[in-house]
Amino acid sequence: MEARWVAVIASSVIAFILKFSGNVVPARYLEQPKIKSITSLVPIVMLSALVVVQTFAVGQDLVIDARLAGLVFAIILLLIRAPFIVVVFGAAACAALLRYFGLTN
Amino acid sequence: MKISPHARRSTVTRNAIGVGLATGVYGISFGALAVTSGFSFAQTQVLSLGLFSGASQFAVVGIFGAGGGAIAAIATSSLLGVRNGLYALSLASVLNLKGIKKIFASQITIDESTAMAIANNDDEEMSRWAFWATGISVFVFWNIATAIGAFGASFVADPKSLGLDAAVGAAFLALLWPRLINKQIRIVGILAGLLAIGLTPLVQPGIPVLACVLIAIFMGLKNASDK
Repeated sequence: MEARWVAVIASSVIAFILKFSGNVVPARYLEQPKIKSITSLVPIVMLSALVVVQTFAVGQDLVIDARLAGLVFAIILLLIRAPFIVVVFGAAACAALLRYFGLTN
Repeated sequence: MKISPHARRSTVTRNAIGVGLATGVYGISFGALAVTSGFSFAQTQVLSLGLFSGASQFAVVGIFGAGGGAIAAIATSSLLGVRNGLYALSLASVLNLKGIKKIFASQITIDESTAMAIANNDDEEMSRWAFWATGISVFVFWNIATAIGAFGASFVADPKSLGLDAAVGAAFLALLWPRLINKQIRIVGILAGLLAIGLTPLVQPGIPVLACVLIAIFMGLKNASDK
């Protein structure tokens, strides 16, 4: 089976098991301070890492291109409290314009 | 002034539809990014129906888009999904689910439905209503929006010319932003970013993101022992 289908199906099944387990597992297992403290930080580290990887990585190479300008513009939009969709498409538009005028890769 | 239960219920329903519409709109960007990362229309839609958790879905398509494989995508998506299990756990006593309802409720246990249930937790019945109304509303709008985004993007020949590769990082940043609530969390975020950059040239794509869990484990254990 194609790798993307494997990822789509396996991640969906695991996501459901995680959600469902919260409804059936006794609370005492997951409410230990250590577990709670770690799980509260997991989304932070993963999302941060995904931001930088998506901005600088091409395979195993690190490159600076229009994506970085898009990210800087996204930060500005977030600082002025723009909604999610504006941030996402604003970053895309910024990168697209720089490429259109041949200013960056 | 005391609000009648009926009036309050319609306010909660209206808010639930509003939250559904708002998150639905960003489902458009998910649909578009998935297709431009090489996912088929069907794969994109199955992610929204089955995985149904924004950050995890963006992670799966982002990791493939960056050259990573299935294992890294599944692992990252699942680690991001752990919080949904904790949401289910914290809501279990309020929702008081029986039988088949447990299955449906599990599927719609996400950031938005949990937040709305907690926002109304002064009244258990209203809290349950808020959970179901928000979960169903987000599920419906998110899936419709995914289809629109995926369909639209399938006409795009060169995603880079539209800057769609830059949109992925921006999407993760927008998901991260509201979580950066204190100094320690911001430092943890910066450390994770630096570790991911440092590891990128050294290991397979997808692994740098996973390796950052070590920072969460280290800081989490430290926080727990400091208390």
